[in-house]
Amino acid sequence: MAEVKTTREVVMNRAAIAAVFVALIVMLTPIYWIASTAFKPRSLATTAPPTVFFEPTLTPFAKLFVRRSQMREPVDQETYDAAPWWEQLIYDDGESVVRNRRSGEITPSGYWDRYKNSLIISIISTFLAVSMGTLTAYGFSRFKVKGENDWLFFILSTRMLPPVVVAIPMFLMYRAVGLHDTHLGLIILYTAFNLSFSVWIMKGFIDEIPREYEEAALVDGYTRLQAFIKIVLPEALTGIAATAVFCFIIAWNEYAFALMMTNRNAQTAPPYIPSQVGSGLPDWSVIAAGAFLFLLPVAIFTFLLRNHLLRGMSFGAIRK
Amino acid sequence: MARVEFKNVTKRFGGTRALKDLTLTVEDGEFFVLLGRTGAGKTTALRSIAGLEKPEEGSVLIDGVDVGDWTAAERDVALVLQQYSLYPRLTVRGNLEFPLRPKGRRMSEDEIARRVERAANTLQITHLLDRKVERLSGGEMQRVSIGRAIVREPRVFLMDEPLSALDAKLRESLRVELKALHHELGATFLFVTHDQVEAMSMGDKIGVLRSGRLVQVGTPSDIYERPANTFVARSVGSPPMNLIEGTLSGSAANLNGISLPVAIGMAGGAGPLTFGVRPEAMVLEQGAPGEARVFDIEDQGVIKILSLDFGETRLHATVPAGTHVKRDEIVRFGWKPEKVLTFDRNTGRNLAFA
Repeated sequence: MAEVKTTREVVMNRAAIAAVFVALIVMLTPIYWIASTAFKPRSLATTAPPTVFFEPTLTPFAKLFVRRSQMREPVDQETYDAAPWWEQLIYDDGESVVRNRRSGEITPSGYWDRYKNSLIISIISTFLAVSMGTLTAYGFSRFKVKGENDWLFFILSTRMLPPVVVAIPMFLMYRAVGLHDTHLGLIILYTAFNLSFSVWIMKGFIDEIPREYEEAALVDGYTRLQAFIKIVLPEALTGIAATAVFCFIIAWNEYAFALMMTNRNAQTAPPYIPSQVGSGLPDWSVIAAGAFLFLLPVAIFTFLLRNHLLRGMSFGAIRK
Repeated sequence: MARVEFKNVTKRFGGTRALKDLTLTVEDGEFFVLLGRTGAGKTTALRSIAGLEKPEEGSVLIDGVDVGDWTAAERDVALVLQQYSLYPRLTVRGNLEFPLRPKGRRMSEDEIARRVERAANTLQITHLLDRKVERLSGGEMQRVSIGRAIVREPRVFLMDEPLSALDAKLRESLRVELKALHHELGATFLFVTHDQVEAMSMGDKIGVLRSGRLVQVGTPSDIYERPANTFVARSVGSPPMNLIEGTLSGSAANLNGISLPVAIGMAGGAGPLTFGVRPEAMVLEQGAPGEARVFDIEDQGVIKILSLDFGETRLHATVPAGTHVKRDEIVRFGWKPEKVLTFDRNTGRNLAFA
């Protein structure tokens, strides 16, 4: 049977589509801006009004990964021809790659190291927060814990304080125990931030899983741990995915503590990218290239887990 | 196969006691039904045997061995629940294999396949083996969960209202199947239900629980014919036993001004009594001493069930289907004196048990 729609429904439908469209424009414009700037030559990055049509270039990305210096005079043709394509792009912009005086090797910029730090710290802290959170939530959900509500409130209360308030004491403590500017330091910090969140979200998800499943497994001859792994974990997967995405985003984007607690060795990308603004004239397209690459992991991670997320976001949607 | 015993078991949940000093023996190979309302403690009793609850006092014995410190896995019992009893995400075969695959069991693949095959045959679910659990009907699910219990050949089968979620037709047919299964396996079954029809039709023995206490244990006919108190009398039988207040003088019962005969030597004494009589022991005939107004007639084909208003008391009587009565008609009734029971009106105790 054909679906019959009243005029009113048609109008409402179109209005809804229009509203979604407007919202999309508002939300996607900054991302488009970053992405397009990342592919613009330096000269077009700051034009007013902004250039919409341009020939995309990889120059900002080439510049992003190496240390460069301004050239007083143009490079000679022979050197230019011998250089790889990315170095030629840099020459084209009137800059040259800084090389080691003795070995002649190029010196990388700090970006890739910071990026690696971000990946290491975010992934490990997410893993820790989600796994510890899941186990804790399981305990609270399935066992009688003395003062359960007080404990849960205590866990939640760790998030009530704006983290920046404790930044200075944390900084002093970290320096005293030698965690300042270490990967471990930030991993501990981010795990602690995310743990309360992870416990609460996972408790919600695990409460939804009927305990009869595990009890059946226990009676069937499995140990508590085996029952947890075989029955609870697969059922909690949606929740774990949703929690992991949130934890990862929080750790990946964290700025204030990363700025304060690290300076070289363990610095993550967020404080590094804007620090590049300071040296000489800001090269906005390089900064945009750094920001653009920085967006990718979260986008990919979220995209990979999208099926779980869709179900995970709607709490209580687990089939009973 | 095993014998299960409760010895003075008490289990508390917070302030409430779910089981109060429960002592009970289920003999080897018996089909024992625990009957009780919601909250009577029947599920708690079952879970104490399975090792899912730890009683505060008393002990649970399987084959004479105190299993208080044993884990659920070590007790080697099988549990069938009303709901959620199958593992989601697995096929029927996966579910049937699941209990055979714990690390400790070390069973060969051949043996697993053989047992799954046999259980599937017994329960006629062979055609469902490769189906996902979500795609089963309620009856099929319960069949599979019974199958999951039997593949292991456990010492005791524990069943927690396995039929309650099913519709009436299916319940009846599974009832018969379960009895046949019990007969075939010869294993000890402990079956929990709130449905007295289930209890009466399936149990070799019935234990009636009330607020965590065992009220009476006996065969279905024991429970039906000689209920220990008015609670049991009202719990089994549909419609339930009629309870009429009155006193005893000699060999006659005085009920609200009328006098009905009772058996000679009826226990009673002079105090206030409650007389109990099953609906089928009520007799409607011309000239009988009792007078009541017909409130409702339920025609069940073979018989009719009449609801009668006798003064303030609502009575039930089953009469042959051919009996012609109308609503609001005044009828005369008596009873079969040898079927009448007397209860202490204050305690509800069956005085014949004194």
